[in-house]
Amino acid sequence: MEFYTYVLVELAKGLPLTLQIVGFSLVCSFALGLCLALAHHYGPVWAQMLVRGYLAIFRGLPLLIQIYVIYFGLAQFAVVRGSILWPILREPFWCAVIAISACAGAYASEIFRGGLLSVSSKDIDAARAFGMSRLLMLRRIVLPLTLHQALPAYGNEIIYLVKMSAVASIITLPEVTARAFTIVTETFRVFEVLAIAGAIYLAINFIAAFAVRCVEKALEPSPPRN
Amino acid sequence: MDFSPLWEGVWGGLMLRAAAMTLIVAFLAFLLGQVIGLGLTLARLSGVGLLARAAETYTMVVRGVPELLIIYLIFFGGSSTLGWFASWFGHQGYIEVSPLLTGVVAIGMICGAYSSEVIRGAILAVPVGQVEAAISFGMSRLLRARRIVGPQALRYALPGLGNIWLTTIKETSLISVVGLVEIMRQATVAGASLRQPFTFYIVAAAIYMVLTGGSVLIIGRAERRFGRGSMAAGA
Repeated sequence: MEFYTYVLVELAKGLPLTLQIVGFSLVCSFALGLCLALAHHYGPVWAQMLVRGYLAIFRGLPLLIQIYVIYFGLAQFAVVRGSILWPILREPFWCAVIAISACAGAYASEIFRGGLLSVSSKDIDAARAFGMSRLLMLRRIVLPLTLHQALPAYGNEIIYLVKMSAVASIITLPEVTARAFTIVTETFRVFEVLAIAGAIYLAINFIAAFAVRCVEKALEPSPPRN
Repeated sequence: MDFSPLWEGVWGGLMLRAAAMTLIVAFLAFLLGQVIGLGLTLARLSGVGLLARAAETYTMVVRGVPELLIIYLIFFGGSSTLGWFASWFGHQGYIEVSPLLTGVVAIGMICGAYSSEVIRGAILAVPVGQVEAAISFGMSRLLRARRIVGPQALRYALPGLGNIWLTTIKETSLISVVGLVEIMRQATVAGASLRQPFTFYIVAAAIYMVLTGGSVLIIGRAERRFGRGSMAAGA
């Protein structure tokens, strides 16, 4: 029993880092995904081509290579090492957040684009008839409808994000998976340690799924008043 | 950036060999994944409560847990289980499971969990009327599966399975952490020894793009081939 508490406490020490990676990446990939989707949907042809190229690259490559290129690869160039961005690119934490956001943003943009496509032209016509400007229409009509439509699929995306954060363990970040690896190699009690680590991830995912459902309910359009 | 070590030294050949290794792991893992996926689906559709619950739990756990944990489970868990068995026969010491086997089993397990969702959806998508018609023709369960449900389910499943194949290729990169020399590992070794990490990661990225891009083309052709004769063909 003592061993289990020890493992749980040790793994829990990595939890804040895991949650930080997930949290930062969630915010960044959400913003990036939304911008990409808007550019893909409303942008001029050259912007659409750019987004398509971006999606092909970031969805076609493993996350690991994206993390490696940013963390190990960029240091090859003296220009990068001398630039003002170096203090950020030197930190494994920010490299992981950048890579995960770039990758997850690509996946998220496809979900948001699906949401944008689902906004009916009647809603748009109604907004125009009210004399709304494009920005106001985006803020009051298009985005709420898009987000509501995209949320269930976006919930799965958050689970992928939690799983992606484990890849950050490879660039020396002591989050939950990295700690599990260390304890396994020290004690060789493989099954107990990995079961506890797995349970922690499942718990995070359950809480995330629950939170998404709550937000979904909050975004439910209120019935028309007579 | 200097790409000359690719054709002047041994590194180009080694990268190609590593690419072949990635394909081999991905292919074997995908095959294992289809077997596991089909088994899980049959368990879930069997109507036996315990079996269905077990398959559902497996799917939920494997899909909710990071891939790396499953890889560690197979790599370390496999060797400790083997060591335990070997100690019965008087063998002492550490037995290592080969990284290739680890990769195939671990990625296959993950692939199986995702595939079972796709296969289940495809089987349920075959109209009930067709199965009833087959029954009234006196077809046995096996014959029905082979002649009626199987071919149609395959067509429904293809797009989903295509996506899983692409994910499988990408997931093989994680096997590099247990030492299998596939694209990622080879690029890291080459980049470190020539002090050109970026160059070799770009080469690795290009190889992955070729693998996934080529797969997309083949999957598209397969979808058209299996879709021929259906009303939605060409749509």
